[in-house]
Amino acid sequence: MGFENFGTVSFTTEAKVADFITYLEAGKIMATRCKKCRVSYFPPRADCPGCLSSDMEWFEIKGKGKLSSYTVVNYGPTGFEADAPYILALGQFDNGVQILACLSRDIAEKDIKVGMGLTVSPVKLPNNRIAYEFRKA
Amino acid sequence: MEGLDITIKDIDASIICSAPEYDKQRSPAGLISEYLGLTPKPAFYVETVCSSSTTGLRVAWSLIKAGLHRVVAVIGFQKMSELSSRDAAERMGRGGDIIWESPFGLTMPAGYAMYAQAHMAKYGTTEEHMAKVRVKNSHYGATNSKATYRKELSLEEILSSEVITSPLKKFDCCANADGASCIILARGDVAKGITEIPIWIIGLGAATDTMSMAGRGSLTGLRCAQEAARQAYKMADVGPQDIDVAEVHDCFTISEILAYEDLGFAKPGEGVGLIEEKQTYADGKIPVNVDGGLLSKGHPIGATGGSQIRTIVRQLKGQATEAQVKGAEIGLVHNIGGIGQYGNVTILRK
Repeated sequence: MGFENFGTVSFTTEAKVADFITYLEAGKIMATRCKKCRVSYFPPRADCPGCLSSDMEWFEIKGKGKLSSYTVVNYGPTGFEADAPYILALGQFDNGVQILACLSRDIAEKDIKVGMGLTVSPVKLPNNRIAYEFRKA
Repeated sequence: MEGLDITIKDIDASIICSAPEYDKQRSPAGLISEYLGLTPKPAFYVETVCSSSTTGLRVAWSLIKAGLHRVVAVIGFQKMSELSSRDAAERMGRGGDIIWESPFGLTMPAGYAMYAQAHMAKYGTTEEHMAKVRVKNSHYGATNSKATYRKELSLEEILSSEVITSPLKKFDCCANADGASCIILARGDVAKGITEIPIWIIGLGAATDTMSMAGRGSLTGLRCAQEAARQAYKMADVGPQDIDVAEVHDCFTISEILAYEDLGFAKPGEGVGLIEEKQTYADGKIPVNVDGGLLSKGHPIGATGGSQIRTIVRQLKGQATEAQVKGAEIGLVHNIGGIGQYGNVTILRK
């Protein structure tokens, strides 16, 4: 159990933060926080490079974020031919957490603006795969 | 080794630079060493994706300064044409974070496109501004016999080309290419004996930024480039105003505009003024990429930094084979790895 079904194409299976996938399947997008120095991490980490502690806690990324930037990808790499066009975006959330994900397909390109409100939610992909995506807040 | 009074026997070590996984050969340093007749001298591999060969240059400089070697060859190469364009895009994308970001289909152009979009939103930069970078670089690329694209492009042709990843269009992007480059670096006293016009490295800067796009604090400039530039200017004891000619990493048109600002040629948000006023043409205030840049030459990843060094060395010697900048004495090379994961800035002097 790990990252083998994460995203359209996954390139790894094992990771110390595999619990992320368990949470994702339960409907939650989680980040980690170092219990010692309180620094938050997304992508989540199992170890804190600041104080070298491995005593981390999970917390859910909730609430409204803000679109930092985006691009409509018309030319997908191998494995993404059927996905294109897809809209990649970066969203800024509380605790300094920034996330890269796709924008939900129900958002029209003309409605996208840098700075617009976003939420992030799990999304089921074909072939029993799972990821998360941004939706309009 | 053109114009140098040395033979292959004088090369004490070689550093082979490329990005892995484009060809089946594992450990290419040994193969290239044998092919060039460098065996049994030491040879090893250095990689920072698209900035591999200027990282190799930094290592070569250190080996010579440390007294271990007198002459070191920095050989960059990439063979990309055996892969389909989509496979190459996938390999390049895996130069980013493969656990968290490649599964969403992040590619190098998409990463830079997000920088472009953020720059447009914050500073009002337009697609036309970006296209003007390609107009300039295609103008000079037409004179470069080693360039992949040797055709001048009009603003209309660029703006009407198909959108690859918005706002970047086909002609905003450099092309995959096969290529190789070689820099011969020698100890000062040795250099004076083997060439009439040695070119000196006076500044070296290198920095990194996060592998993930999620870790980026700013999307309107490359932090690795800003930090590498700061180090290089400090070491060389010069400022942006002292640079006579520059080669910057224009893997995309937006990348050149970011470079103007990250290198201090323009203030943040004012880079477009340089291209609007044609100040980065050969007769402008700060000529940039007057060999056509990556946009014309193509971007054989591991070879690119060495190709940029080649152009500045020729400029400073007054032997440019493309447009010669008159009286150029100090030149700068800005070479970026990945979507701004690695930044190298090198300053050279006549």
